[in-house]
Amino acid sequence: MTSAEGFAQANAQVGYNVQTFSTFPSQIRGGPTWTQTHISTSPVLTAGDDLDVLVAFSREAYDSHSAEVRDGGVVIYNSGEFELEESGNTFGMPFDELARQTGNARAANMVVMGALAFLVGINQEILEQFVTKRFTRGRPGDEQIISANIEALTLGRGEAEKRGLVIGELGTPTPVEGEQILTNGNVAIGLGAMAADIDVYIGYPISPASSLLIWMLSNLPAPGKLAYQATSEIEAITSIIGAGYAGKKAMTGTSGPGISLMGEGLGLAWMAEIPLVVVNVQRGGPSTGLPTKTEQSDLLTSLYPGHGDLKIPIIAPGTVEECFYAAVHAFNWAERYQGPVIILSEHILSDRNQNIPKPDLSKIVTENRKVHEGSNGYERYESWELSPMPIPGTPGSYVANGSEHDGMGDTTHLSERHVQMTTRRFSKLKLLEDGEFESCNADASVVVMPWGGTKGSAAAAYDQLVMSGSDIGWRYTMFINPLPAELLDELKTKDLVIVPELNYMGQLSMVLRAEGINAQSITQYTGLPFKVGNLVERIGAMAESRKQEGVTV
Amino acid sequence: MTMKNPEYDFKWCPGCGDFGVRRALEGAISRRTIEDESPPENNVVIAGIGCSGNMVHMLEGDQPYGFHGIHGRTLPVAMGVKSSNPELNVVVVAGDGDFLGIGQEHIAPQAARNLNITAIVMDNGVYGLTKGQSSPTTNMGVITNSTPYGKTEEKIRPFQMYLTMGVSFVASTMSSQVKRMSGLISDAMNHPGFAIVHVQSPCTEYNNTFEALKGNAKKGIPPLAYDVPDDHDESDLRAANELAIDSGVPLGVLYRDTSRQTLDQKIDEVTAKAKEKTTASLLDALSI
Repeated sequence: MTSAEGFAQANAQVGYNVQTFSTFPSQIRGGPTWTQTHISTSPVLTAGDDLDVLVAFSREAYDSHSAEVRDGGVVIYNSGEFELEESGNTFGMPFDELARQTGNARAANMVVMGALAFLVGINQEILEQFVTKRFTRGRPGDEQIISANIEALTLGRGEAEKRGLVIGELGTPTPVEGEQILTNGNVAIGLGAMAADIDVYIGYPISPASSLLIWMLSNLPAPGKLAYQATSEIEAITSIIGAGYAGKKAMTGTSGPGISLMGEGLGLAWMAEIPLVVVNVQRGGPSTGLPTKTEQSDLLTSLYPGHGDLKIPIIAPGTVEECFYAAVHAFNWAERYQGPVIILSEHILSDRNQNIPKPDLSKIVTENRKVHEGSNGYERYESWELSPMPIPGTPGSYVANGSEHDGMGDTTHLSERHVQMTTRRFSKLKLLEDGEFESCNADASVVVMPWGGTKGSAAAAYDQLVMSGSDIGWRYTMFINPLPAELLDELKTKDLVIVPELNYMGQLSMVLRAEGINAQSITQYTGLPFKVGNLVERIGAMAESRKQEGVTV
Repeated sequence: MTMKNPEYDFKWCPGCGDFGVRRALEGAISRRTIEDESPPENNVVIAGIGCSGNMVHMLEGDQPYGFHGIHGRTLPVAMGVKSSNPELNVVVVAGDGDFLGIGQEHIAPQAARNLNITAIVMDNGVYGLTKGQSSPTTNMGVITNSTPYGKTEEKIRPFQMYLTMGVSFVASTMSSQVKRMSGLISDAMNHPGFAIVHVQSPCTEYNNTFEALKGNAKKGIPPLAYDVPDDHDESDLRAANELAIDSGVPLGVLYRDTSRQTLDQKIDEVTAKAKEKTTASLLDALSI
């Protein structure tokens, strides 16, 4: 764990709201990695824009990030590693040497945490409690380790105190109502899948979806429950198709090139009407792209992953908490309409740790597919609408077919069958139009509607704009396809729907325009999330120019 | 799935080897239904794409479940079905193009896992449905419509490949020997592990090898096919490899290893080591 994550965890334990975001290069050891932590007495929407404190472990880190430190912010650098000119707000301390003084060379993170705590006026006790909890593991050396770590905290604190630097005082935390958990987006999806009674998870390692596979491999296995590492994404998707066909609730997870490889399988699941869930944790693309950076550039490929007429249902969570509920809904949708559903997550969610309200399992509603419980000779596809699905091993033999088929599933080229089955497959999407959505300032004619992980920074920007007097509305949903019917109707009446999104093409606004909505994107394709300040400016300017247009027309 | 479906308009050519494979498979499924008192719906036939893939629609009599998926991916679909319900009898039917060409990457992993299914490979040495392109088992130098000046690749030797990859039951047969083939398919279904029944199933239109397989004394053509010798030890991998490298087509069981655990058994074994976790306990562990 990094100092930033440890610091976040310690603070979450005493009731602060925390959010972290990490990024790292695609290599096993070394290279520039950083973790950003945002701590607040009120709920945190983003990992933060400008830095109050930069902790630079290396020269490279300092060079890359020193420009992000706000006026009056502080830089702590590792003087055991490199030298900088000390100035009013910049000071060095030898992280590793101070750690060695405690007798525990691995306590460098604690040295840093001690210094950080002093800078923002956090009581040392909070960190001492954290250390004690973390290292009380019932092992013989526990006490020694705890005292060394506490000493490291004190040494770090002392270094900061010597400089007399303070950057403000974090208010007393007001413990959040209800129980909280600290987790990241991939684990939240795993927990949601378990809450929805997942039976089978088969995946192939790929950043940033691997942590979901690993979590499933260690937590899902039980009698009748299977987690398995496949030999490719093609094997992963086709084997969960087999599992879904055999009656199981099945899931795979992937990213980037993996979703491309799963395209043909997703088309098969759509065509043969097999319930399953695919998690696409987006990274930068195309091709190998940016494996460890964030981007929202897979919307179109997730909607239309295969050839032919198809449109895959998509749920795109915008927060770690929503990742949990997205997984529950995705399984419910897959079972309800008997077909594939994609959870469109992002690196910014999978690698973000955040405190979220602990889901109340007694309130989770899980749906199961309608199963054929009759005799043989049943024609699963005969109806123009959803019909019960036979499960192998029980009467009702049919052919699940990727070729166009008749009621029994036998291949056919008849035009009237292709018309019937195409209509049938699309009509089932209507069963999914019941998603919830957020709405503020409902009557405003200009509306901001982000999607996915851009929700946090867009919400923070929206709040600032409204505070400063902008008359704009807010809409948000994680149910991207199909959009909630009522939301779609509302959006059609708006003068302008502004869609901040992390891609070049402006993918969601393209989809909305195709629905007859006047939507325009604000795009960014840096591999990093939006900064709030940047969005305030750009949303403000777009809304303003629209209003001026309105006057001249 | 029955001959009486007027909407289903696919036909095998007269004399196609796949007709024989159909009768052999129907026989094996029906024996299972009677002998094991296992209902037809406990059988799942998973087909690839090509002439052979239509097997799932052509079967007559008691209907098994069918899956007609995408080209080359029969084995992973079968893994998903079998590991979801180990009680099912899962049979893959695929051609040489589907199984050994586009789908070849899936053979070795299932051999390593010893997935407990039966794969019937209908080898006609050509892509028939797309009208005559060369396939992995087409001989080098042969002129087809995709090799107008002769095929430049050596043909794959399926038996050597299966044995090297660790397939635990390897049988060889030809489509004209329906009764014997049906017995081999039953053996394969009863084998605990990954069983392949490789069938020479000639394409009368593009690659008619009946004469080459059976020979023609009048024309002085010696038969390629011959019976596996009576004294062949099926459990001996070296002996199986001797047959596999032979230039002819040995008919019978080349290799049978019943000592290995199946994937289902292995999964049960490792699952027993896992501490069963509830969603509630996992949430509690993350509590702040």
